[in-house]
Amino acid sequence: MSTKVLHVLYNDDDVLMDAVKTTRAAHHHIEEVFTPFPVHGLDKAMGLKPTRLAICAFIYGLCGLSFATFMMNYIMIQDWPQDIGGKPSFSYIQNMPSFVPIMFELTVFFAAHLMVITFFLRSRLWPFKKAENPDVRTTDDHFLMEVALHGSEEEALEFFRNTGAVEVKVIDKH
Amino acid sequence: MYTFSGKLKTFSIILMALGIIGIAYGFLTAPKTVEEVEAILSEQHHGGHGSHDAHAAPAHGEATAHGANTASHDAHAANHEEHTATVTAVINDSTAHAADSTETHIAHVTEVTPAHAEANAHVAKADTHDAHAEHTKHLEHVLHQLQNKPWAAVYVGCIFFMLISLGIFTFNQIQYAASAGWSPVLFRVMEGLSAYLLPGSVLFFLLLLASSAHLNHLFIWMDADVVANDPLIAGKTGFLNIPFFLIRAVLFLGGWNLFRILSRRNSLALDETGDLTYFKKNFKLAAGYLVFFIITESIMSWDWIMSIDTHWYSTLFGWYVFASFFVTAVTIIALATLYLKNKGLLEFVNTSHIHDLAKFMFGLSIFWTYLWFSQFMLMWYANIPEEVTYFIFRIEEYNLPFFGMLALNFLLPILLLINTDFKRLSWIIVMAGACIIAGHYLDFFNMIMPGTVGASWFIGAAEIGSVLFFGGLFIFVGFSAIAKAPLLVKNNPMVEESKHFHY
Repeated sequence: MSTKVLHVLYNDDDVLMDAVKTTRAAHHHIEEVFTPFPVHGLDKAMGLKPTRLAICAFIYGLCGLSFATFMMNYIMIQDWPQDIGGKPSFSYIQNMPSFVPIMFELTVFFAAHLMVITFFLRSRLWPFKKAENPDVRTTDDHFLMEVALHGSEEEALEFFRNTGAVEVKVIDKH
Repeated sequence: MYTFSGKLKTFSIILMALGIIGIAYGFLTAPKTVEEVEAILSEQHHGGHGSHDAHAAPAHGEATAHGANTASHDAHAANHEEHTATVTAVINDSTAHAADSTETHIAHVTEVTPAHAEANAHVAKADTHDAHAEHTKHLEHVLHQLQNKPWAAVYVGCIFFMLISLGIFTFNQIQYAASAGWSPVLFRVMEGLSAYLLPGSVLFFLLLLASSAHLNHLFIWMDADVVANDPLIAGKTGFLNIPFFLIRAVLFLGGWNLFRILSRRNSLALDETGDLTYFKKNFKLAAGYLVFFIITESIMSWDWIMSIDTHWYSTLFGWYVFASFFVTAVTIIALATLYLKNKGLLEFVNTSHIHDLAKFMFGLSIFWTYLWFSQFMLMWYANIPEEVTYFIFRIEEYNLPFFGMLALNFLLPILLLINTDFKRLSWIIVMAGACIIAGHYLDFFNMIMPGTVGASWFIGAAEIGSVLFFGGLFIFVGFSAIAKAPLLVKNNPMVEESKHFHY
């Protein structure tokens, strides 16, 4: 069975923001918004839950920090003790300041890369994936709001034309 | 319009009164004779007083450095046996650092020649070495440190709050120069709090005059006898001499105050007339000020802080000092804003403004740590005696403030402020702010105390009194100035944007 959705296109992000607010106020359900660039505050206006990516990033950073500590301890203290500026060779803590740059770098490296990978997985993106956006213009200069259609089609079309849309279409979604 | 509430006024006056009592107590109880010092030291003896270790340290260092005279020097060390219980534990690597770490230490005593000269003297008359004379010398040395202590305590408090007001003014000027759209609603808070710059500068200049008049021995290079016997300091007299030092101080303090007065005047004139040329003037003024500031701030940090440890130098010291007082300044702006908002006076300031200030607190704390570590790590790694002595002395004698400061300035702010939502919660900002202010006070303490009082430090009446006095004066002057103008700038072209700022 197919459900009907509305594709409402805008050509300005400010108009889009206002439209999102009025749409939500009128109790229409916004399924998705496709934009050519990140629109500031759109997530809040759509009522999306705040991202939990930052929590992941923090945990990844801690992993990186632990990994760097383990790695430098193994390389420089356990496996082949190194003389660093005459400091005692068999103590990690006494040589720790010289490892801080590495600990910092690996913290950043782990946090950044794993965060990107997490983001890709979470938003179901992978190489050679077919694009999901329903209209190619959303990669150029148009903003598309996908709204579930309930009730009268004419009323809905009228409502969205009044929100400043440049185009409103009814689509059968499979 | 804000009126300086009676409660806060009374509070600040009480702080100042308590501060004066504390400072006066510090000065009155400073020992005046060698006998008093002896009594103090014998009292503290079993508590493992720091200066004993420090004094014993050079004995050990010299002994190894002048291997040929080992016997006599061992005797010398033996004389101090009661002090040397910890000496072997204290020094494990370099002999040179030991000799050097007391250099600042010893150089304070007018009668005592610096460490190099002393070492040679030991070689020359090793056999006739007199333990008693050495002990008296040590007592005199501690006496000078303890007499310096209340002065140094006042100095730390004075420069700390003066630089905070300078930092607040600088933050304000950065907003002008960047034509920032988010911050104009906070301008009046910044302008008001930076009003402390004038009284702060006057008091600070009086302190510099007191040092120049030899009322205290905070700056060893001001002591002609020390300079005469110390080729390193003698080589710096072209820059470090009292007249030039005072001229620089007048130029820097005068320049900053002049910029502040002009900027404030333009801001008030813009309010009254709505003439946008005042806004443009302030923009140009801010650009000029920032150039003037970064040069003078750097030289200021060499003059007023780094020259206390006259032999030691660090090329990023100016940045380091800047980061320290700048993060404190932003914290003070945030706390004052929260206080005023809590009283319902800043209804146009929303949580996004607070969030931005908290981001600055967070970011600048990390910036400070980055500079601190950059300075520390290179010197620690290279282990060159003339550099590393600065840190060895602090780690050995100032262990708790040295590492405590790292926890307060880095660990706690980063953990408290890393979360986005936390940056909007007043009580989190107040907690992190308290850590930052206390931590950076300790930072200044660590920069100034080791070179002035050596190991004879503790946070007593004079130190606490000094913070209370200057803190009280800061609140009094700052909030009086905030009360003098409306809390929202009018006619600033950015103010509408600032009111609607949201993140």
